[in-house]
Amino acid sequence: MLASWRRRPLPTAVVVLPIAFAVGWVLFFASGTPSGAAIHEPGEFLVTLLDGITFAGLMFVVASGFTLIFGLMRTVNMAHGALFLLAAYIAIDLQQKMAGKTRNLEPKDVAITSWVIPMLVGAGVAAALGVVIQQVFLRWNQGQDLRQALITVAISVIVADQCLARFGGLAQRMIWPDTVTHFFEIFGKRYATSRLFMLGVALLVGALLWLWLNKTRMGLVIRADVNDQAMVRALGINITAVFAVTFFVGAFLAGMGGAMGASFAGVAPGADGQWLLNSLVVVIIGGLGSIKGAAAGSLLYGLVVAFSPAYLPTDYTFYAIILTFTLLAIVLAVRPYGLFGRPE
Amino acid sequence: MTVFRGRGVGLVPLLFVIAFLAVLPAFGSHFFVEFVVTRALILGLVASTIVFLSAYGGMVSLAQLLAYGVAGFVIGNCVPRADNKGLKLGLNPWVAVVAALVITTFVALVLGALSSRTFGIYFLMLTLTYAVIGYYVFGQVATISGFGGITGLGPPAVFDGPLRLYYLALAFSALAFLGFRAIRRTPFGVAFEGIRDDPIRMASLGFHVPLHRALAFGLAGFVAAIAGVLNVWWNGQIDPNTVSINETIHLLIIAVIGGIGRLEGAWLGAVVYVAANNYLRDLPFADSIGLTEARFNTVVGLLVLAIVVLSPDGLTGLIGRAGKGARKRTGVVAGASSAPPSAELPTALPNRS
Repeated sequence: MLASWRRRPLPTAVVVLPIAFAVGWVLFFASGTPSGAAIHEPGEFLVTLLDGITFAGLMFVVASGFTLIFGLMRTVNMAHGALFLLAAYIAIDLQQKMAGKTRNLEPKDVAITSWVIPMLVGAGVAAALGVVIQQVFLRWNQGQDLRQALITVAISVIVADQCLARFGGLAQRMIWPDTVTHFFEIFGKRYATSRLFMLGVALLVGALLWLWLNKTRMGLVIRADVNDQAMVRALGINITAVFAVTFFVGAFLAGMGGAMGASFAGVAPGADGQWLLNSLVVVIIGGLGSIKGAAAGSLLYGLVVAFSPAYLPTDYTFYAIILTFTLLAIVLAVRPYGLFGRPE
Repeated sequence: MTVFRGRGVGLVPLLFVIAFLAVLPAFGSHFFVEFVVTRALILGLVASTIVFLSAYGGMVSLAQLLAYGVAGFVIGNCVPRADNKGLKLGLNPWVAVVAALVITTFVALVLGALSSRTFGIYFLMLTLTYAVIGYYVFGQVATISGFGGITGLGPPAVFDGPLRLYYLALAFSALAFLGFRAIRRTPFGVAFEGIRDDPIRMASLGFHVPLHRALAFGLAGFVAAIAGVLNVWWNGQIDPNTVSINETIHLLIIAVIGGIGRLEGAWLGAVVYVAANNYLRDLPFADSIGLTEARFNTVVGLLVLAIVVLSPDGLTGLIGRAGKGARKRTGVVAGASSAPPSAELPTALPNRS
């Protein structure tokens, strides 16, 4: 840190001072806030921290799919949120069919299978649609990034509208399986196990992604292609199949996130835009195309989202959204391509 | 990379269109003039700022509707006295207009400065993020609006009356169109276009690339603010849904339908969009194939999909090519044959690897 202070004093100050202020504020001075200073209210602090980390897990699942597709194909998939929405609705529908009840579904009606199978089916449908989109609309215009973005914008408008027509405009919810719906105590506060389950799923996804990208031949090709597309082609590697598989995985992750998000907070029309925004913020902070960046971006964004309403002075909690923007502004001012991104 | 730089419409067709619109109220119905065309002109005015930034600067901005909304919210906070939401400052409406233009331009300059070092698709995503954060700011910060928005706003007495607003929107549309074209011939405009084509080269020639881009973004914000003021006068209210992600995407769609490479495309796209919005239900057999008003988004989505796949430079590009084909067939060679229309949109990064 000292070295970076000497080399680039201003950017370092822009980063270090707000962080130091935020940490000091939360630990010692935040008495007039909904949560209170962390040294007096360690329970509130831990709950907020867990909220941030578990929400970050969900965002990582969604945003890693987005960044995976971009990293390999330079395609900004603006339909990512729409795939999230579609998978969520399909998973909810299937769960209700499996439980045999459409109303007042409760955790005790939901076995672990009637959460996992709908989740996989919903994600599978999203992934299949993703591959269709890629094969029909994106395969022949590789490299025209704006045109691809506009095509996926149009598709997302259509998919979201058809979801509205098919599934209605009311908010719907998927139910966590009974086995994970409990509460445990930390410092006298109750905390839902289902949020930790969500974090567990996210960690599993992260581990599988890491294994896939680092320990398999296809992962090797993908990483090589991210670095130098022309060279990979010159070596005679058939990249078309790799593109399709990557789009499948990216869309699958959006769909998985959809089922998890539907269990976590429910879905309604508009969730597509909200989750496209979440993915965008995460990858803009973390750097487009980098899985590491998606993890770092989700964590930072998740913490800001959890801490800002809890630790702003009580009369000002609705300014929390401005802190998200501040985070974005600081990252962009110092690193225009995100924490782990690099210029084209 | 070839960039489509049409010469744009000539002065005679332009004067003809303006004259036609000026006499339109004499024979168009009230609903058509005061609702459909006025709305199209206002939307075209704000969409033209997207086209200006994208065609001249290679910056596809999704934050233009946000600037439009910011101006509207400034009016909404400044003008009302009591019994309303927002700050209720009770200022003179003309002071409020000045405040709206100044504040919006300032916001646009700050956002432009923050994003001035990002290019291409990154810029698009960043401005989309601004737009959505702006939506949540106006929605959640109850002091300045809240999700319900501010109602009961109207134009100052001089412009009170739908027909007066129509002429005001027409005048500003014409001004913006001519102004944006004139900017292109200024040193600033030339440098801005140079930056679109090769930012690295312009930087090494000594031009301050981020400054030019931020200033252009501020100018676009100023014009969008004018449209925002007109909108709030015309609509009588403003709420966060005006700047929601849905509306933001729809404004981009307007620019894409018309053709994101040419200024006149903004208004053409707006006319098509507003017409589709109002007259879709009147089409024969529309109901029987499921094309009801409620499925407007699906129709617009399909339309945009078709345009982006078949003619990425939009309707103006289509018309331009048709005109060119006709001239070729009759053997008349276009005087100064401008750069050929290219299938490539003007915003692909010039320095991609």
